[in-house]
Amino acid sequence: MTITFAREEIQQTLKMIQEENLDIRTITMGISLLDCGSEDIKRMEQKIYDKIVKNAGELVAVGEQISARYGIPIINKRVSVTPIAIAANHLNSEEMVRIAKVLDRAAKEIGVNFIGGFSALVHKGFTSGDLALIDAIPQALSETEFVCSSVNIGTTKTGINMDAVLKMGKVILKSAQLTAEQDGIAAAKLVVFCNAPEDNPFMAGAFHGVGEPECVINVGVSGPGVVANVVKKYPEADFGELSNLIKQTAFKITRMGELIGRAASKVLDVPFGIVDLSLAPTPAIGDSVAEILENMGLERCGTHGTTAALAMLNDAVKKGGAMASSHVGGLSGAFIPVSEDAGMVKAVEVGALSLDKLEAMTCVCSVGLDMIALPGDVSAETIAAIIADEAAIGMINKKTTAVRLIPAIGKKAGDQVEFGGLLGGAPVMAIHPFSSEMFINRGGRIPAPLISLSN
Amino acid sequence: MTLSREESNRAIITVLGRDQIGIIAWVSGRLSEYHVNIQDISQTIVNDFFTMIMVVDLKPATIELVELARTLEHEGDVKGLQVKVQHEDIFTFMHRI
Repeated sequence: MTITFAREEIQQTLKMIQEENLDIRTITMGISLLDCGSEDIKRMEQKIYDKIVKNAGELVAVGEQISARYGIPIINKRVSVTPIAIAANHLNSEEMVRIAKVLDRAAKEIGVNFIGGFSALVHKGFTSGDLALIDAIPQALSETEFVCSSVNIGTTKTGINMDAVLKMGKVILKSAQLTAEQDGIAAAKLVVFCNAPEDNPFMAGAFHGVGEPECVINVGVSGPGVVANVVKKYPEADFGELSNLIKQTAFKITRMGELIGRAASKVLDVPFGIVDLSLAPTPAIGDSVAEILENMGLERCGTHGTTAALAMLNDAVKKGGAMASSHVGGLSGAFIPVSEDAGMVKAVEVGALSLDKLEAMTCVCSVGLDMIALPGDVSAETIAAIIADEAAIGMINKKTTAVRLIPAIGKKAGDQVEFGGLLGGAPVMAIHPFSSEMFINRGGRIPAPLISLSN
Repeated sequence: MTLSREESNRAIITVLGRDQIGIIAWVSGRLSEYHVNIQDISQTIVNDFFTMIMVVDLKPATIELVELARTLEHEGDVKGLQVKVQHEDIFTFMHRI
């Protein structure tokens, strides 16, 4: 069968890739470690290492081969594994650190740039393995390069585990302190979730859920620059027209994810899981979600109207993307990480975007307070209170919310932190000076909301 | 799940750059050496800027798509031309349902 291509279509695809930063953000292979348990820690380390290298050994080479075949960049190749607190529930805290180091070695061997799943799901309470893992996080993240960690502290069905929230406030602070010389990089590899998805391909929150198959390929697409250019091109469009334009663009972007996911799945002989149809920014100029919102007609991201603009954007992306893929999953929505988005950074610098406004924005888009640098003298209780607020938004709105905060040790609001690479850099944001200590120290669980009674 | 029309081994070659004598001769010469069959070709010149789009079939070819892409991109670079060779599915997937 011969398909004739319109010249405009070919040129549009090329323009999206070459000028507007369209790329596949990540191919993430999920690998179950449930069969790697052993009483003998050395044996367990070996089993984990061997399983990851056996399954994902070809991942990077195949990713590069597919990228060359279709002429579209695939930025990251990554691996997610079963939450270690489940796969290695019998281990103590020091042994958990050893497992993190094994993950790190395996990641280095196969050439991926992150491995996710040093994780625990504690939304209703802790097992002994959960406690051991959480205690091990600061050391594990500061002594490894590629390992990412996440902890789920709440769900709509169960409510919020406030003991875990406080613990995570302390863990985030300690992780930053242990890597103070690198601006707290360990905290940038740690996500606290409410309603964590089990098939998310994006780091630092990726893990391979227990409902997932033995091995799976998930794909995350990108393309804020493409959407920003479309929005910019039609300054006169009303919201109905604008939404349609974004939907059409999101469809095309997501199709690329579907194509690459199917190809990777076929070559690697691993089932294709989902396309995560998120708009994921990078620090590169022209690859910014903030720029889309500004192109809609806001002088600066963060000013009045930003939440409405983001809500419309997020909805249009989902509507366009959902039709383009056979299985959509993961986080799927617009990301608003501050340090990874040049437009967000600029908005913070000029005073247009505050932590409170970011919190409001997370009510209507994917994920949550992401890659935000806090003053170094922030208390664990204040971090915990920020986590609790964000988790409450997720719990009540039946959506995923995540918190990735980086206390910038020795720095104050307005100072600059630099993480480098895809993680970018950002100004330290101001927080409220008033205490939440008594509230946070109450402990226990915030009960599941009425909307959880859906049966 | 399989790739649609997985037997397809067609690619789209695009060449962009300042117009010069012999661009098509160069591309088609190289393709003929590698037994790559040209199925469609269109070219325009606007303000001295050359654009060519070619649909080729690599089924009879003696070279892999990725290798052909590398070769033509490199040689094009030397001539000041931007050359891309991409499997057709990236265009069909994006623009056709």
